[in-house]
Amino acid sequence: MQLTRVLREAWRVVCRARRGVGLAAAWLMLLASLLPAAAAEHDELSIGIVQFPVMLNPNIEAVAAKSYVLGFTTRPFTVFDADWKLVCLICTELPSFENGRAVRTQLPDGKTGVDLTYTIRPDATWGDGVPVTTDDVKFTYEAGRNKDSAISNAELYRRILSVEIKDDKTFILHFDRLTYEYAAIDDFVLLPAHLERPAFADPAQYRLRTLYATDPTNPGLYNGPYRVSELVQGSHIVLVPNEHWAGPKPPFRRITIRAIENSAALEANLLSGTVDMVPGEMGLPLDEALAFDKQHGRDFTIVYKPGLSFEHVDCNLAVPALADRNVREALLLGLDRATLVKSLFADRQSVADSFVEPLDKGFTDQVPRYPYDPAKAQQLLEGAGWHLQPDGKRKNGDGKTLSLELTTTAGNHSRELVEQVLQSQWQKIGVDIRIHNEPARVLFGETVPHRRFELAMYAWSSAPENEPRSIFHSKEIPSADNAYSGQNAVGYDNPEMDRIIDTLETELDRAKRQALWAEAQVLYATDLPSLPLYFRSDAFILPKWLGGLTPTGNQFPSTLWVTDWSVKP
Amino acid sequence: MIRFTAIRLIEIAAMLVVMSFVIYGLIGLMPGDPIDLMMAADPHLTSADLARLKELYGVGQPLITRYAAWATAVLHGDLGYSRLFAAPVTATLLPPLGNSLVLMGSSFVLAFALSLGLGIAAARRPRSRFDAAVNFTAFAGVSLPTFWLALILILVFAESLHWLPAGGMTGSDNDGLADRLRHLVLPVATLTIASVGSYTRYVRAAMRDALGQDHIRTARAKGASEARVIWRHALRSALVPITTILALSFGTLVSGALVTEQMFAYPGMGKLIFDAVMGNDYNLALTALLLATAVTMAANLAADLAYAWLDPRVTYR
Repeated sequence: MQLTRVLREAWRVVCRARRGVGLAAAWLMLLASLLPAAAAEHDELSIGIVQFPVMLNPNIEAVAAKSYVLGFTTRPFTVFDADWKLVCLICTELPSFENGRAVRTQLPDGKTGVDLTYTIRPDATWGDGVPVTTDDVKFTYEAGRNKDSAISNAELYRRILSVEIKDDKTFILHFDRLTYEYAAIDDFVLLPAHLERPAFADPAQYRLRTLYATDPTNPGLYNGPYRVSELVQGSHIVLVPNEHWAGPKPPFRRITIRAIENSAALEANLLSGTVDMVPGEMGLPLDEALAFDKQHGRDFTIVYKPGLSFEHVDCNLAVPALADRNVREALLLGLDRATLVKSLFADRQSVADSFVEPLDKGFTDQVPRYPYDPAKAQQLLEGAGWHLQPDGKRKNGDGKTLSLELTTTAGNHSRELVEQVLQSQWQKIGVDIRIHNEPARVLFGETVPHRRFELAMYAWSSAPENEPRSIFHSKEIPSADNAYSGQNAVGYDNPEMDRIIDTLETELDRAKRQALWAEAQVLYATDLPSLPLYFRSDAFILPKWLGGLTPTGNQFPSTLWVTDWSVKP
Repeated sequence: MIRFTAIRLIEIAAMLVVMSFVIYGLIGLMPGDPIDLMMAADPHLTSADLARLKELYGVGQPLITRYAAWATAVLHGDLGYSRLFAAPVTATLLPPLGNSLVLMGSSFVLAFALSLGLGIAAARRPRSRFDAAVNFTAFAGVSLPTFWLALILILVFAESLHWLPAGGMTGSDNDGLADRLRHLVLPVATLTIASVGSYTRYVRAAMRDALGQDHIRTARAKGASEARVIWRHALRSALVPITTILALSFGTLVSGALVTEQMFAYPGMGKLIFDAVMGNDYNLALTALLLATAVTMAANLAADLAYAWLDPRVTYR
């Protein structure tokens, strides 16, 4: 009936208009008639994210988009929750010395190790009805230990000396060291042995033959509240409830995750209702989210969650001008970070004084601070031998101009905006800044690891209470000798910082560890190997009818707690 | 004709070999291989891990050795695996190729049909208001940035009117063919509007040349109807240059339209090639780019052969 009515109306328009416009209108009306009726209830959820997770094997090539999707489908042993507290998901209890599940051991080389006992939840089941057992633990460990398997996080499997199976559900991991985060095995994500073992027959081919690549809709690959029912590469993933999930009932009968890489198109999809929400973990950059908030905020619930991404400017200490600490301090004093954060990010991001986020347990506010003080900055530069010239630039005794190249990821709109502010403010104190941006793959694949930069602006993302070994320990300076591994690209080499980091990792006493964290932050804020800018926030754009979604702000996505999500009455 | 075709086919094969080497070399010259990126993401990777991973992912060998291994495998019919998608190249390539053929093919046919009508009509009435309007519209179509046009169409038809979906290939309920068609309307419209202008300009110019030729005057003097003059005589002459343009456009059928695909979250070849190149996925990027090259060259060969049919003066020996 509806189609007949539309056709009649279309014909009337054609007859009246007598021109091409009428034909176009009729065509569009016909198309409109094909529109499905809007769903009366919110029993489905459509999510727009900016990147497509290419392959869902949880242990090969960790990327944020994959973690986001796997949060719906897979339960790790341990994760940090929204309060940044370590919790068990597929295990029954976190090991501790108090409950006897953690036991200190003496290793043959005299070092201290630890044995950790975990028990898999009795009701944990794969999506094909096969129980999750210690056979999966054994297989996951074997795959991770195999050097040909391309399983990421080789370090975790190096630290686990062996796995001891007690029964179908209980096992002991023998670790080669006792660290303060000993109970966290969040990267030890189980693989279904009954499905994946045949694909592992040739370990070197595993990454190509894993069922997550060849048969991603196999229900047996997933043990979370949802499973993948459809995956169209580069387009979308459809999730449906896992029939064998024994936990709280999943709130939606269907979740569609769409990859929309262009942020303008993503916004348009939100406004048109094609997607219901855009998560902070994989969504719009903050500046675009703020603009969206201004225009359409009343139609959505927009939540800003500070996270663990520490935006900073790396100073290559091999560059003579930057090797001088006073120059680095002058650069920091010459930046009005408070105004920058206020004007560009509406105060939704907090100015950083050190590398530790205020929500982190290790945070201290007792560190040297550098509020905007251009006069003092100029004074420091003069003292460092960089004298102001009539043209507004500074030169040293050798006639060399204080000119530095600032690099960041090309195409990242937020960073490019900040970069312009930095350039303008530093020029005011006589520091000439040349902007040279590069695609992320070049910056992070070549320029930063090979230390071919002067100033590089990017973010470090970490876990809660993550000791800063890779970024500040002198052994982590990338060089040809270590095949450019390590992330201490600035070349920071301070034995005191090395000592703090070495002690921090194995210090179990909370108070002593807190003191070490404070020492590390004071030392960082004193030495300034990099210039702290701010801690990034993620913007979650949610439909008004969605409740229960709590952003974590850490590396674990909110999707891990999807069973807490609900439709508001 | 057979000799000409055989020689051209040999030329195409030789060109593909050269192109494969050039493309492989160019991708290899791009800084930052996949293992460098893994290293940036995982601070715990040791130099031994990196050496092992480079070997495992086949990026530890010199470029020429890798190219030789790839070429040998291809000669045995093995296009290899996509590193990014962890799947055979053929399986990775086929769905986006099908999507692109549908998207690009639909817009190509629509744009050509529209431009044929508009171009012929404008050529018949040069310097008329209609001609000016067609010219203006053609220039506007050519000048509009695709991403802007796509965005405007999304804002009007998806956001404001809620008539059509803003992107993707299917809706959440996956209604079948009708649903697929609804999702195709806006991307096809974008590509059609973006290309119809230039096609119309070519058709108009070619038809104007053709309508000024002696044999057209002769046909009219002999009393042939205007429709016969246009469709039988003038269009046939005009089709020679138009065929060249169409042949050159054929490559886009398989190379996709990156901007449009991104704006409409449509998984086509443009996006696939972009991801493959940016992700150092040699096997996938190379196969996709060579396919686009081969189709373009084959279309040009077909155009050359069509010239002989369209213009009796053309012969190949």
